[in-house]
Amino acid sequence: MRGGARKAGATRRSEPAAPVGPDDASLLKMLYYMKLTRALEDRIERKLYRQGKIVGGVYVGRGQEAISVGAALHIRRSGNDDVDDIVCPSHRDMAVFLMQGVTPERILAQYMGRRTGLTRGRDANMHMGDMGRRLVSFISHLADHVPVAVGCALTFRMRGTDQASFCFFGDGAASRGDWHEGVNMAAVMRLPVIFICNNNQYAYSTPVSRQMAIEKFSDRAVGYGIPGETVDGNDVLLVHDAVGRAVQRARRGEGPTLLEFVTFRMTGHSAHDDAGYVPKELLEEWSRRDPIDRLGAVMRHRGLVDDAVLRDMEKRIELEIDEAVTRAESQPWPEGAETLEGVYKE
Amino acid sequence: MALTTYVEAIRQAIWEEMEADQRVFILGEDVGAYGGAFKVTEGMLEHFGELRVIDTPIAEAGIVGAAIGAALMGMRPIAEMQFIDFISCAFDQITNFAAKNRYRWGAGVPIVIRGPSGGGVHGGPFHSQNPEMYFVHTPGLKVVAPATAYDAKGLLKAAIRDDDPVIYLEHKYLYRRIKEELPKEDYIVPIGRAAVRREGRDLSILTYGAMLYPSLEAADALSHERGIETEVLDLRSLLPLDKDAILDTARKTGKVLIVHEDTKTGGIAGEIAAIVNEEVFEYLDGPVLRVTAPDTPVPYSPPLEEFFLPNKDKILLAARRLAAY
Repeated sequence: MRGGARKAGATRRSEPAAPVGPDDASLLKMLYYMKLTRALEDRIERKLYRQGKIVGGVYVGRGQEAISVGAALHIRRSGNDDVDDIVCPSHRDMAVFLMQGVTPERILAQYMGRRTGLTRGRDANMHMGDMGRRLVSFISHLADHVPVAVGCALTFRMRGTDQASFCFFGDGAASRGDWHEGVNMAAVMRLPVIFICNNNQYAYSTPVSRQMAIEKFSDRAVGYGIPGETVDGNDVLLVHDAVGRAVQRARRGEGPTLLEFVTFRMTGHSAHDDAGYVPKELLEEWSRRDPIDRLGAVMRHRGLVDDAVLRDMEKRIELEIDEAVTRAESQPWPEGAETLEGVYKE
Repeated sequence: MALTTYVEAIRQAIWEEMEADQRVFILGEDVGAYGGAFKVTEGMLEHFGELRVIDTPIAEAGIVGAAIGAALMGMRPIAEMQFIDFISCAFDQITNFAAKNRYRWGAGVPIVIRGPSGGGVHGGPFHSQNPEMYFVHTPGLKVVAPATAYDAKGLLKAAIRDDDPVIYLEHKYLYRRIKEELPKEDYIVPIGRAAVRREGRDLSILTYGAMLYPSLEAADALSHERGIETEVLDLRSLLPLDKDAILDTARKTGKVLIVHEDTKTGGIAGEIAAIVNEEVFEYLDGPVLRVTAPDTPVPYSPPLEEFFLPNKDKILLAARRLAAY
């Protein structure tokens, strides 16, 4: 399929999921965070950005929430740095931030350039980190964080812990040299890294077929001598299962895993991009595979939610976001002279 | 008393810091079993083990990226570039990840990136470079370039203990040519402080790295031939620069000559000239002059490399011209 994105039908399913899936509470948590992420990003992209309240770039993960949520549920977090995992999220992984405890208010303050954002106004959108929450900041130079995630895992090896390093990236980032150097180094040293590819089939306007000549991204794993797997990235249960197995391998000292989650970018590259280059039929096709709808259907089938419960959850989320927006808008701007602070340890 | 070479001083600094601090480790190409291309890490694998002396694939971006990750996890990595020329492969990790991390979200990256720099050993275009200014132009980094064995050890220890990323440029020409007696006790050389290597009242030469030695020779020759007393300031740190020391000597002599092995355009000499011009213009008795390599790659063949590198005669020529003002 050179010259175009892949059809939904070409997505390969993983092997049948391990019998033990997430419990009911985890399912509810996943649904909540997927919905919260969707709603918060919608508010940011479709309202606050258009109102001019967010002046910088906006990159959302609509339609891709299952990957961040299904993976992040496995991130170990206890407050002890010698126990907790480390996460290097990418720019479409807002759910990871939320699940690691960054509040919508702080995310909004970051987007709005306020002093109380995680970067105190120095950087925008998801370009933020918080070591206290085990979140390493992404940078615009795609895949730079891949060797960094490997270095975190190297430290776990040196300390003899069973911590894991979660490394998120997109199909476009995987074309960069830093990506290859990082994955290869992790493979050679058998380090506990979970490489999580959000293959949303477009890097800005470039379809994945012009990003790589292989049909299945996870085939690259063979070249590095590590296990790889391609999974339906719009099925949060399959994501959760695949990441869970990779995390177990990492904790057992069996080295890294390369996971490809096939999904679709249901937006432009950023808020200013109408994605006119994406064939309409692909968007329509993938909208029928919406990850939130699919999890909702599973939970409905299991009797965990019904219309009333879903409506209630959505209302609660809207209210939470309304309040967060109000609070974020009242946060102070940084003073101009703060520009000079913190280049070095002071 | 035993004399310690420049390269041995570097080895001692790493060794002692690794002994003193479990967080310190070294990674790079051939640093383990082979002991490093210049034997800086010889014996370390046997002593510290493979968890702390890590042979990596040939992947400078990977090496520096991994060092950054480890630093974020509380470690104190030393990343070796087999030749400093290869640091360009890691440029993005250094200038965009390491340098901006603290500023962006408060997480410091205490890494040292070190490797052999400089020419004079017929290394050719890719084993002779002086890449300091790529990094001096990047806020968030520190850049040091020792000229003596004492400084090689003390600056490296300071770099390892520093909470921000430090580029440590060791001049390979000096590795085994320079030696001196070093203190037995632990010491550091603070980053950001220059050192006056020769006192003088008539003229100032500002330099660093291997160019300290031809600068000192030229100063002696000037004294001998014309009684001109030259002050020689060894910058030692290029970022941050020791502005006080630079301005002090400029005020004192009113004549400033800057010597470096790096190429001319965009070299540190231009920056220093601007600082001197901005801050002590009224003290100057002549133009701020530069003796540098020409704006070419570093050539291999001996006559070409000799032409390329500054030396005592080139420095003397410029110093006589400046002294005449």
